[in-house]
Amino acid sequence: MDKRQKEISNLKDYKYGFSTDIENIQAPKGLNEDVIKFISNIKKEPAWMLEFRLKAFERFKVLKEPDWQKPKFPKIDYQDLYYYSAPKSMKDKPKSLDELDPKLLETYKKLGIPLQEQARLNGIAVDAVFDSVSVATTFKDELTKQGIIFCPISEAIQNHPELVKKYLGSVIPTSDHFFATLNSAVFTDGSFVYIPEGVRCPMELSTYFRINASNTGQFERTLIIADKGSYVSYLEGCTAPMRDENQLHAANVELVALDDAEIKYSTVQNWYPGDQDGKGGIYNFVTKRGLCKGKNSKISWTQVETGSAITWKYPSCILKGDNSVGEFYSIAITNNHQKADTGTKMIHLGKNTKSKIISKGISAGSSDMTYRGLVDISSKAKNSNNYTQCDSLLMGNKCGAHTVPYIKNKNSESNIAHEATTSKISEEQLHYCQQRGLNPEEAVGLIVNGFCKEVLQQLPMEFAVEAQKLVGISLEGSVG
Amino acid sequence: MKEQLQKDFDNSIKNLSLSQKDIEIKKFCLENFKDKGFPNRKEEDWKFSDLSQIIKKNIGELSFYNDQASTNKVDTSVFVDGLEHNKIVFINGRIEKIDFDYEKKDQIEIIDQSETINEFKNSNSLSDLNNAFTNKCFKILVKKGYKLVRPLIIYHTTNSKIWSKNINLRLNFELDKDSSLRLIDLFNDTSEKNFLNIFYNFELKQNSVLKNYKVDKFKNKNIKYSFNNIDQDKNSVSETFFLSSGSNFSKNEINCNLNGVYASAFVNGVFSLNNDKHHEIRSVINHLTENTKSYQLIKSVLDGNSKAVYQGKIFVNSDAQKTDGYQLSKAILLNKESEFNAKPELEIYADDVKCSHGSASGSLNEDSIFYLMSRGLSYQQSRELLINGFLLDVVEKITDSEIKNLIKNMIGIKE
Repeated sequence: MDKRQKEISNLKDYKYGFSTDIENIQAPKGLNEDVIKFISNIKKEPAWMLEFRLKAFERFKVLKEPDWQKPKFPKIDYQDLYYYSAPKSMKDKPKSLDELDPKLLETYKKLGIPLQEQARLNGIAVDAVFDSVSVATTFKDELTKQGIIFCPISEAIQNHPELVKKYLGSVIPTSDHFFATLNSAVFTDGSFVYIPEGVRCPMELSTYFRINASNTGQFERTLIIADKGSYVSYLEGCTAPMRDENQLHAANVELVALDDAEIKYSTVQNWYPGDQDGKGGIYNFVTKRGLCKGKNSKISWTQVETGSAITWKYPSCILKGDNSVGEFYSIAITNNHQKADTGTKMIHLGKNTKSKIISKGISAGSSDMTYRGLVDISSKAKNSNNYTQCDSLLMGNKCGAHTVPYIKNKNSESNIAHEATTSKISEEQLHYCQQRGLNPEEAVGLIVNGFCKEVLQQLPMEFAVEAQKLVGISLEGSVG
Repeated sequence: MKEQLQKDFDNSIKNLSLSQKDIEIKKFCLENFKDKGFPNRKEEDWKFSDLSQIIKKNIGELSFYNDQASTNKVDTSVFVDGLEHNKIVFINGRIEKIDFDYEKKDQIEIIDQSETINEFKNSNSLSDLNNAFTNKCFKILVKKGYKLVRPLIIYHTTNSKIWSKNINLRLNFELDKDSSLRLIDLFNDTSEKNFLNIFYNFELKQNSVLKNYKVDKFKNKNIKYSFNNIDQDKNSVSETFFLSSGSNFSKNEINCNLNGVYASAFVNGVFSLNNDKHHEIRSVINHLTENTKSYQLIKSVLDGNSKAVYQGKIFVNSDAQKTDGYQLSKAILLNKESEFNAKPELEIYADDVKCSHGSASGSLNEDSIFYLMSRGLSYQQSRELLINGFLLDVVEKITDSEIKNLIKNMIGIKE
């Protein structure tokens, strides 16, 4: 009985913790030029791509790992990682889903992401990334009809080199910070999206990331380009098996919005957070940056961060085009020994640019959470506006919640407003809910969902349901 | 700079009768400073104000030796009229006068601490510089239950005798149980291009009240750094007010430790800047035990090429339940070239707390100007009225009515 109960509680904790037993091809352990050449070679990349990688690697060699972040972690040995891992069956790319390794299909089914199109909910096209390669992309035909390109980035490098060449590294250059540069050197796969001029993407595009192999870093790269007047909504989900060691995930996501285009990027991040004592879990060090290149463009980030041992990321918007808009909605939940240092950067360069930041942080158990954000209005960004609100909720006196905003205003015609509060769930609210028959956990779940509502309602419908459940699960056991 | 430092250091300790151990400490501090140099933007606390560059640009080479042997004549014209007060007068960093005429002599003790070095627990290199070069240091002790009748004004006067010099000052205050002190720091500079490095340490015992007003009003070309450490025991109250306006560059730091229950700290500040002045206030309030309270309000009006920085931090440790912390900074930018940077920070480890901060910056509200102009005021008058009202809000927070009126007159705020 005891054993069974333990099993149940384990499942409740992290239901994606299983691993798939599948044969892998791996690059030799370690990081050097040969490994980069190996990756480039196995992906059959053109010479310019290899050059891009090597340039980044040259730069990486002189960079030092940053150490200003709040959550400290033991030093990562970058020579002790595999930089490429792929299911063996993916060596010769299967032509269709029928040829795909049944084990992979099974894995995604278990994750609730069936790859067969008929089994999908209407209106979401999926690109599934398993360790270092993209295994399947659904609804390709339908998208192609509209001229939309949605494919693994390794395919795009071969089939659409002109687009990739033009935009890859235009938002996150190879000379960027430590983890971004590492990614530029060794990225393996990821999604590529191009929405042609004037097209409104008819369905949600989605990528599902899965880390399976142990000792592997996942370095994917996503590039989304919305041409003039187009619109796309993009979803990202992620899980990993339960392992005792920490795994590194250092992705780069680049968004480019041209004139009048809009990109909506939503993430539900549920990487394995480590066990109750803080053992294992993913280090999620992701660089996400969007460039509002054209006039009247808009980029909106929505994130629900419930997983990872350490989350360290700042999805940012560079508002270069006049009248462009940047938005950031975030819920970050940390429990047990999880740590998060997350926030956003809004860099106003163009005239009449607007940005809005809503960040909700909830920390429970012995966790630690930091909102760190930058709002920078340059002297040319006349008539710009920013509004920032960050609220933190604390549960228990072993956790921490911190707010570190950087606010720079160099323009007298622009306005910045920032608000932050930190509090706990009031006894009155709890009492009110319990009086009406909810148990304490349900009551907390309800109140927290209300606290997060502003952000949750930004998510596409299917995601919102999942996210709401996640919020509940992540906080289980933190009350009382 | 290193050779100059060593030379001036040797000169300055020559005249001191220090024990071998104290000399060692001073030497150690000097070496520390030589290693680190002036703080630069790579240090998080100096991110918005690169002192190393500012000194290089405005002063160039500094010298550190101050001849303390000859006295300076005290110019009584700088004294504040219309307010009876006790005085301490610093001229060019040398204490010229200590005068507690209005007080009971046996209730205040002035202790010469020049012979003992008490190091500051401050990680930045300026404390090392201060430790190495300060050679006269007094502690002012207000005895148990004594409330000073008149405020104490500390005049920091510099004159044209000094040039490209670094001046280091230090004062310690101890307020014993149930005592109170009103303190005004008044800066009056006719010198140019000097760097003042001032360290104050306050120790507030149970139920004591400290009101500290720092007024840097008169235009001058000096660079100032002032660090205030306040340790507060049970039920004590500290109120700090900054008027940051006159100097070319000024950075006021306050570190307040609320060690006892029901201790409270208030920090209010006004930046009123023009030309290419660059001022900063950095505050750290540490809530270390239950039921403590802090309140901060900083307002800035920035014209010309000026730049104001506010870095405020509220730290709440896990024992400090029922903390109440509040922080608000607001800025009006009057000119295209002016700049306001803020970093309002919360670091919280306890759950039953009420902490919030807000920060807003922008231009003067055109609607309000229109409202006033439509009632017959000129543009200039409307503007002044709005700015006055904006700043008055902070000045009104001053709890001492005598000093409030004095400061209002100094700023020229009309009610």
